[in-house]
Amino acid sequence: MGWQQKVLRVDLNAGTCTTEPLNMEWAAQYIGTRGLATRYLMENMDPAVDALSPENVLIFATGPLGGTLTSTSGRYAVVTKGPLTGAIACSNSGGKFGAELKFSGYDLMIVTGKSERPVYLLIEDDEAKLINAEDLWGRTVWDTEETIKARHHSEDMKVASIGVAGERGVYYACIVNDLHRAAGRSGVGAVMGSKNLKAVAARGSRGIRVKDPLRFMKVVEEKNQKLVDDPGRRSLTKSGTLSMMNVMQEFGGLPTNNFRDVQFDGVAKVNHKAVREKRHGHRNLLTNKACFGCTIACGRIAHIDKNHFSVVNRKEYWHASGGLEYETAFAFGPVVGVDDLDALTFAGYMMNEHGMDPISFGVTLAAAMELYELGVITREQTDGIDLRFGNAEALTVMSEKTGKYEGFGRELALGSKRLCEKYGHPELAMVVKGQEFAGYDSRALQGMGLGYATGNRGACHLRHDTFAEDMEDVSGKGKAQPCKDSQDNVAAIDSVGICLFTASAWDLGDLADQMDAACEGTWTAERLREAGERIWNLERLFNMKAGLTAADDTLPPRMLKDPAPTGMAKGKVNELDVMLPEYYALREWSVDGVPTRALLQRLDLEAFALADSA
Amino acid sequence: MFRSLHIDPAKCTGCLQCELACSLEHTGEFNPARSRIRVFEFEHGLRNIPYTCTQCDEAWCLHACPVGAIGVDTLSGAKDVSAAVCVGCKVCVGACPFGTINFNPDSGKVDKCDLCGGDPKCAEVCPTDAIIYGDADWSGLDKMRQSAAMSLMGR
Repeated sequence: MGWQQKVLRVDLNAGTCTTEPLNMEWAAQYIGTRGLATRYLMENMDPAVDALSPENVLIFATGPLGGTLTSTSGRYAVVTKGPLTGAIACSNSGGKFGAELKFSGYDLMIVTGKSERPVYLLIEDDEAKLINAEDLWGRTVWDTEETIKARHHSEDMKVASIGVAGERGVYYACIVNDLHRAAGRSGVGAVMGSKNLKAVAARGSRGIRVKDPLRFMKVVEEKNQKLVDDPGRRSLTKSGTLSMMNVMQEFGGLPTNNFRDVQFDGVAKVNHKAVREKRHGHRNLLTNKACFGCTIACGRIAHIDKNHFSVVNRKEYWHASGGLEYETAFAFGPVVGVDDLDALTFAGYMMNEHGMDPISFGVTLAAAMELYELGVITREQTDGIDLRFGNAEALTVMSEKTGKYEGFGRELALGSKRLCEKYGHPELAMVVKGQEFAGYDSRALQGMGLGYATGNRGACHLRHDTFAEDMEDVSGKGKAQPCKDSQDNVAAIDSVGICLFTASAWDLGDLADQMDAACEGTWTAERLREAGERIWNLERLFNMKAGLTAADDTLPPRMLKDPAPTGMAKGKVNELDVMLPEYYALREWSVDGVPTRALLQRLDLEAFALADSA
Repeated sequence: MFRSLHIDPAKCTGCLQCELACSLEHTGEFNPARSRIRVFEFEHGLRNIPYTCTQCDEAWCLHACPVGAIGVDTLSGAKDVSAAVCVGCKVCVGACPFGTINFNPDSGKVDKCDLCGGDPKCAEVCPTDAIIYGDADWSGLDKMRQSAAMSLMGR
């Protein structure tokens, strides 16, 4: 119950779509979405293969509560090997596509091989077929979505697709669904492009049953009330995540000018208040918007001022669309020194229309700006654009050029790590395992630094939660335990197939109650936690089989050697040397970061033990 | 008290909890495709409009039905389809000017909003009060009040 119990296997080499039963034993151990897809990935590929080769496998996965009345139940995850990182990639997205995939009859979709010609996949009530997409190749996400819906006479259809960025292998290309929701990180869109798969369109009327509908509805009502009453939820509904901007500014953890600084002078022009101020009679922020089944509705719908230089002669961008949340605002604002709200919003449109991760794009642009400042990159190379920090035009022009894979955008397409290596300054790349930092400086937020360094998909703010501990004390002390614990918890939450933002009000017990009423077996908080730990370790094992080692669990020298210039952490660096050994020990890993055999035995992961597991 | 559904699209976030609750009530499954209330999204999500049967007094569907399958629920006033009588001819689907009565290929009959027998689940789960089930006597009164307030603003 909860599941459709069906997996769709799409072999792009042969051009076939086949159905197989969902492995319910794995579902019992790995829950769904992130965890279950990781288990399937392990079974279906060699982690050592090139991420952009046909041998990589691309999995779309929903969760056991997906498509039910549990709040935020519409999420799906894309799990594959990430081209940006060479590590496991696991990007999840909201909107309506994930639930629709499940209503079309499938819990999971496994895509293997590479199509000879561009194709898109159409799934309608258990029937799946590949359709020629040569006419869609080269077109934007927005255009593709509209065209596919029109072709099949179905506005109800939900589409996940890539833009030119994914087709051309921009290392941080993402998969966009429902116009402005995205499986954003690690370059999952480039994997889709490398397989010549332009889009997946789903539509269905295959209902989802739960084990005990009466109990389920009673539990859901109680849990939803808990969300309603939660102050964190209220803030997300009212201001989205953007209220974080002021918190980080005050604390001194707001990455500015490629992480040289931790506070930004222009913060009042790009924060949660700025989006409500009128310019030319109109506010930037128009309304909030929910994803499927979500009672929080943190999503922002905004528009660009028609008088702004980026769109003044371009009517096609005068409509409303997805607006700024904290990560996009940080990545187009402070970290590149830009304080022009409409330029930030325009860059956001470009990310959605062309299919790119805003965090990686923004931090890559920031690295390029620092290289430009050093004179390593010159105006001749940047298509005549003055690539200095704070130049709003550099942001708007480069976001579009990268999305279209034109001019200097082809350099920015490399991501910070490859770009900085190419220009001889690898130390300027603000990355872990090749993936760019999110909007939190790890000198101010020490546990965040440990989470970045040990993140299985590279630097990420959504794989652990040490926020409270970090705000309490600026040191490496006592951060390893909450980092480890929250990593396991988040792996479980993600794998249920709901949004991490429910964690503001719900703990694993609240999820277990809903799982228990909906799914086979007995679900408890402890069972979810253990599954989370299993998932975390399986991801780790994937990475080690892919060739990553403890040496990859590190931060750039700027975080470890250059003290924070201002703020609460003034004079401090990240104390990773203190935290990491403590973390390995808590994880029951060797000093080289390898999971011990005893641990793998406890988690039923022995089959994946590495040759050097002690 | 005679009650009716009041829908305020300005409050709708497009979360589709109404569709999920409706489909569970009527099919025992979560299945928005079988929901009798649907939320339509326009302009990149700027506008989300919940839409369902308004329970017309002189209902087109009721008058069009050749077998008399559509009646009036005396308790709620809802126009209700009798599945035992409906032959699935879809004449009502063509007759309804709003498209709010739909053919269901699973059952071979038509589905429409029946106000859940006087306890509509869509209104119960709506997290923003975009859908409420209230006194039919004040349908439109809120809008009237808003307009009245506007008329004072010129002073």
